[in-house]
Amino acid sequence: MTAMPDPHEFIDIGAEVAGIRETLARRRWLVVSGLALVLLALFATAMILGDYPVTLPRIVASLLSPLTGEAQRGIDFIVLGVRLPRALVAVMAGAAFGISGTLFQTVLRNPLASPDIIGITAGASTAAVAAIVLLQWGGGMLALAALVGGLGTAGAIYALAWHRGVSPYRVVLVGIGIAAVMTAIMSYMFTRARLIEVQQALTWLTGSLNGMQMKDATQLAIGAGIVGLLLIPLSRAAGTLELGDDMARALGSRVERARFLLLGLAVCLCAIATAATGPIAFVALMAGPIARLLLGPATGSLVPAALTGALVTLGADIVAQHFIAGVQLPVGVITGGIGACFLILMLIAANRSGRTS
Amino acid sequence: MSQALPHLSRSRYLAAGIVLLALLLLAIALLSLAVGARAIPLGEVIDTLLNPEATGTNATIMRDLRLPRTLLGLVVGAALGLSGAIMQGVTRNPLADPGLLGIHAGAALFVVLGIALLGLASLTAYVWLGFLGAAMATIIVYAVASLGREGATPVKLALAGAAVTAAFSSVTSGILLTNAVTLDAFRFWQVGSLAGRGNDILFGVTPFLALGIVLALITGRLLDAMALGDDIARGHGQRVMLSRALAAVAWIILSGGATAALGPIAFVGLIVPHAARAITGPSYRWILPYSALLAPILLLGADIVGRVVAPPGELQVGIVTAAIGAPLFVLLVRRRRLAEL
Repeated sequence: MTAMPDPHEFIDIGAEVAGIRETLARRRWLVVSGLALVLLALFATAMILGDYPVTLPRIVASLLSPLTGEAQRGIDFIVLGVRLPRALVAVMAGAAFGISGTLFQTVLRNPLASPDIIGITAGASTAAVAAIVLLQWGGGMLALAALVGGLGTAGAIYALAWHRGVSPYRVVLVGIGIAAVMTAIMSYMFTRARLIEVQQALTWLTGSLNGMQMKDATQLAIGAGIVGLLLIPLSRAAGTLELGDDMARALGSRVERARFLLLGLAVCLCAIATAATGPIAFVALMAGPIARLLLGPATGSLVPAALTGALVTLGADIVAQHFIAGVQLPVGVITGGIGACFLILMLIAANRSGRTS
Repeated sequence: MSQALPHLSRSRYLAAGIVLLALLLLAIALLSLAVGARAIPLGEVIDTLLNPEATGTNATIMRDLRLPRTLLGLVVGAALGLSGAIMQGVTRNPLADPGLLGIHAGAALFVVLGIALLGLASLTAYVWLGFLGAAMATIIVYAVASLGREGATPVKLALAGAAVTAAFSSVTSGILLTNAVTLDAFRFWQVGSLAGRGNDILFGVTPFLALGIVLALITGRLLDAMALGDDIARGHGQRVMLSRALAAVAWIILSGGATAALGPIAFVGLIVPHAARAITGPSYRWILPYSALLAPILLLGADIVGRVVAPPGELQVGIVTAAIGAPLFVLLVRRRRLAEL
């Protein structure tokens, strides 16, 4: 602080800050509740729509049937066995990707730094493609391969970027180097493998929710839930790191430790979600920017980003299932399209109101 | 603190470096004419070059196969290095590369549409489709980012590029997942390769790329001014929007042409400018020429390795550049204190 503030301004500042805080808090609350409402509506839609439409009261009855004991044969299977796990996995995976991407972007201070781009997803994907093409694995083993690949790659990036501390810039550069190697290995396997296996691998790489069962939803809930709980006490540190290393240090934050923990949790979230569904394209990259555009200058973008990720994924899955009658597209084909339109609309809207993103 | 070197002598070092890199590039180009499934002695390579009337199997192989391949590697390499440097300069983002600003996605979409709908199957046909797709993607990215009164700011460019990539890749993977024939052709295009590209492709793309290279080298001064931030650049009398548009034209031509000729090669354009920056410091007047020389060295070097490493077949250059370049790059990133963007 070199310049003394004008005493006249000094008096007004307290009230002004309180006013601004209140406006921002109100805006944040509006955004969060708005997103939650839309998500709820989409969830209901996902449960209703299908080859065999089920009415809302019957869905509610079916959801409550474990408590009430009133079984509706057939409908229970469709609701509890097929649609509920699928929608739950969509919501949880989308939220996990959204949080993970936002953490990367915040901690590394780069709007393009999402696990898609700095190598984590590429590592998980390469392991999975190798498992499909070389070992003909599927199901749980495939998920395990992806999880190990993602975590291993993240560890390698962090270790390689470590040189008397880790600067965000170096993490990003090492990450894109590793991503390039992984992508090259994947492309090589694609040119050498049999076409049928390439197709299988491509389907996994696009990210799909087809055939999700309650077991998948439970596993994802446990994994992502544990990481999410660990994240809560750290979420304040994310905001501090955004201000830059020096400022964060001045504010008393233990920069190196906070960065390590936050990135570690982001990697875990991304790897767990990728193992469950495959890398659903671009959710991680776009959830954060969309949430931030909605929030404007208000802080605390993790919860809105989680909701946005869930919303994009669930909405995309509804479109993927019903857009072309009889064809079940993988959800990742649609997320890119929906996310992109959403983001472009937001960019245009932000420009109208004169703010810059 | 070491005393900062006088400006003149630093420039002299950097200029000497350029001469050194040019010589290295020449040596690698000669090597690229000599090495392959059939090795040609270097003496014979030089003789054949100096004597256009030479006949014989070796001369034919050199003239019809290796010369176009090497020249294409030189031109496309320079184009990739320059386009990456320009994109990073304009967006002020170390992650900016053709893959992230929508160019690969646009080229890929058009090639896939060409295979799936028009039944095209030749590399020459892919070239024009690829160029068209790349140009269209860039124009959309630029248009979306330019909406509003601020114009195409770095953050908006990066986000618009990501969004357009997402949208285009969605359509591409939708087609690939439902059409096995297209996937079978596309998987070989998408690795990026110098093999099988003859004189027609070389003569087709070289005029464009040459124009782009000249434009790119001119933008160095503009990029230096823009690196200070929009407001300061404006304060120095720069017309920021105009400079950015000029740079964008150069990058459409360069990366569109390069992607069209070889398929998507992500790594070179992304990494080489960082390597150049590590040597030269942050000034684009030096980063651009260094990138233009380092990138073809990497590309041709990787191509040579790819020819000999897996006999009797070849490894595609897109794979080898990443496999060789990435470890080198990681080493560089670890050892040097990098000049940040």
